[in-house]
Amino acid sequence: MMKRSAIILLAVAIAAGTGSLTAQTVTSGLRGPTPLNDEGPAPPMLPNRNTSEKEVRNYPEQPPVIPHNIDGYQVDLNGNKCLSCHARARTAESQAPMVSITHFMDRDGQFLASVSPRRFFCTECHVPQNTANLPVSNDFTDVDTLLSRASRGGRR
Amino acid sequence: MTTTADDPNAELNAKRGFIARSWAFLLELWQVLTRPSSVFALGTLVLAGFVAGVIFWGGFNTALEITNTEKFCTGCHEMKDNVYAELKSTIHFSNRSGVRATCPDCHVPHNWTDKIARKMQASKEVWGKIFGTIDTREKFQDHRLELAAHEWARFKANDSLECRNCHSADSMDITKQSPRASVAHQRFLFTKEKTCIDCHKGIAHQLPDMRGVPGWQ
Repeated sequence: MMKRSAIILLAVAIAAGTGSLTAQTVTSGLRGPTPLNDEGPAPPMLPNRNTSEKEVRNYPEQPPVIPHNIDGYQVDLNGNKCLSCHARARTAESQAPMVSITHFMDRDGQFLASVSPRRFFCTECHVPQNTANLPVSNDFTDVDTLLSRASRGGRR
Repeated sequence: MTTTADDPNAELNAKRGFIARSWAFLLELWQVLTRPSSVFALGTLVLAGFVAGVIFWGGFNTALEITNTEKFCTGCHEMKDNVYAELKSTIHFSNRSGVRATCPDCHVPHNWTDKIARKMQASKEVWGKIFGTIDTREKFQDHRLELAAHEWARFKANDSLECRNCHSADSMDITKQSPRASVAHQRFLFTKEKTCIDCHKGIAHQLPDMRGVPGWQ
């Protein structure tokens, strides 16, 4: 008798549990009210930031971001459109920043005459920036902010 | 005027070679053409000549226009699978306003004499088609630099005329351009220091091996 009522109670509990789960719509900040097994409508694509003005790096080692459109720029074995402006010899005419000297180094730190093959594909590291708002807020603090905090041993 | 029926040399004529007979025919034709007509009135001849002229000229221009369409150009798989396929992803095929360039807009001069000159030059492409010069993707890639160099040279020689048929420097509003484009156009285009193709290579089709091309690495 005791055992049977326990089984019934368990069954009722499970049924109620699954019922409440299916009734629930999971709302996540990123994916919206779309059910988990469906794909929601894609948000519209926004244009790139196209100011052509140098942007501050977020940390010293950050590859500088591209402050202009690069739509249709061909970078492959046949040619590199980026280097038409950013190559050492082209910078006088284009007034674009020259690719840094580290891009001329091979793996052993030896300098080559031109951009090293392993640094040839610009967009592996350098990317244009979109005008979209951040979907998730970011509380990244850069190193200069940390250094300038008045603390013992820190920079004043 | 003699006819073959009462010509005493008819048998001899038949025995003569093909070239001799053709020559005799041409000679006779010339004699007929250079003598004034004794059968048709001058008005009839003028009218017939006018009508025939209209039909010939109209037909010629229609045929010329048909060869000047994208449908005709992409009728060959060489064009359809290579350059046309590459064009499709560029701004000259699909863009916000829906205005697009077709093959002849860029590759055939628009004024008549230059167009005819280009068409005559293009008869070499028929040779290429017959002998399969670029009938595979690999062969096309091998010839890409040569083909591109021809077009660059043509654009350079006519000051990018086919670009300027649509993109006029006078109508260019540099305040609507990105800062980078506006600076470059003021420095190089407006001063006539460079022409469109000097900077805008590879905007409609993929680039060949650019080693040695000025301005490229």
